[in-house]
Amino acid sequence: MHELSIAFNIVELATEEAAKADARKILKLQLEIGSLSGVLPDALEFAMEEAIKGSMLENAAISYNYIPAIANCSDCCNEFETDDYFKVCPACNSTNTFFVRGKELNIKSIEVLQD
Amino acid sequence: MCGTCGCGEDDHITYRKPGEHQHSHDHQHQHGSMAHSHPHDHNHDHDHTHHHDHSHGQTLTIDLQKNILSKNDLLAERNRGYFEALGLIAINLVSSPGSGKTTILERTILDHAKTLPCAVIEGDQQTMNDANRIEKAGAPVIQVNTGNGCHLDALMVNKATKALDIKDKSVLFIENVGNLVCPSLFDLGETKRVVIISVTEGDDKAAKYPTMFESAQLCLINKTDLLPYVDFDVETFKNTALSINHQLQFIELSAKTGEGMEQWYSYLDDLYKHAKE
Repeated sequence: MHELSIAFNIVELATEEAAKADARKILKLQLEIGSLSGVLPDALEFAMEEAIKGSMLENAAISYNYIPAIANCSDCCNEFETDDYFKVCPACNSTNTFFVRGKELNIKSIEVLQD
Repeated sequence: MCGTCGCGEDDHITYRKPGEHQHSHDHQHQHGSMAHSHPHDHNHDHDHTHHHDHSHGQTLTIDLQKNILSKNDLLAERNRGYFEALGLIAINLVSSPGSGKTTILERTILDHAKTLPCAVIEGDQQTMNDANRIEKAGAPVIQVNTGNGCHLDALMVNKATKALDIKDKSVLFIENVGNLVCPSLFDLGETKRVVIISVTEGDDKAAKYPTMFESAQLCLINKTDLLPYVDFDVETFKNTALSINHQLQFIELSAKTGEGMEQWYSYLDDLYKHAKE
């Protein structure tokens, strides 16, 4: 249920940035959501519908870029895509692996309409 | 109704010390790091007079690359600096409900608070029960009731710390809302995140809730006195947790019998010594 608080964070941050640019409307919003970010896509998209109401983001085109997680193997240096926290290296079966990507929870960009 | 957590108008986040009157709660309706204006706020962003001209405005793309939780993270860093300046170590205790967080704290306060002064922030959706237990054990405590909220955030900890009137050079325990999912996302400014599991839970818990085990530095395995009666395999659990978080440390203990508690106290003492340096 924290997706709703995240949705409000998105609206707040985007609105602040748009106001800095003297914009009156946000036309596009690009989000980056890593698969390990702890955010459920469906829940976030549902929460966003509610959160944008009455804000500068109402009617904005929102794109959700879901980023797959990538792990790196410390034993054989293989880099591979996985959503599994055990992240077993497909090349050498090692579990001595670390995530290098997938925790993103970012506003990538906004497109605003200025006066 | 507030859209952030679905709470009603009367369902504010409250900060109370044991014995304080119910209505001493904060009337500022803030949701942690968000401090959003409500959708029903009448200060609408758009202009009601519609006197704008109809020549189309400029569109501009702003490249932000901004973390959505950056406000919480920024406030967490402020908390961290504040704790550091006071010579405090802050321990964020996370677990499922019923793992024994409060019992571990009670025992720690009773056994060890003379050596290492403790203060506690208790996070729960409702009730003063835990704060009352901690007060009885003898430590300063403040209860944060999150209403329907499923986690503590950096702003709640910031406010609670101020209200707690904390002594310098002590341990601040932050008992998070019992939940293994949402609290993992919210940095509170803690020195260490400690995840607690009890042996009455499944030994596959780390596999089921990897995010929390991945973000913690220490895992307390509680209720070890019950090991003869349950199917929990400590080694299986540890191996699973270690394959998710290679650096995770473990202490096996029973807050009921006191077994293993010394190891926990020396972990805290070491952190404290390190914080003073």
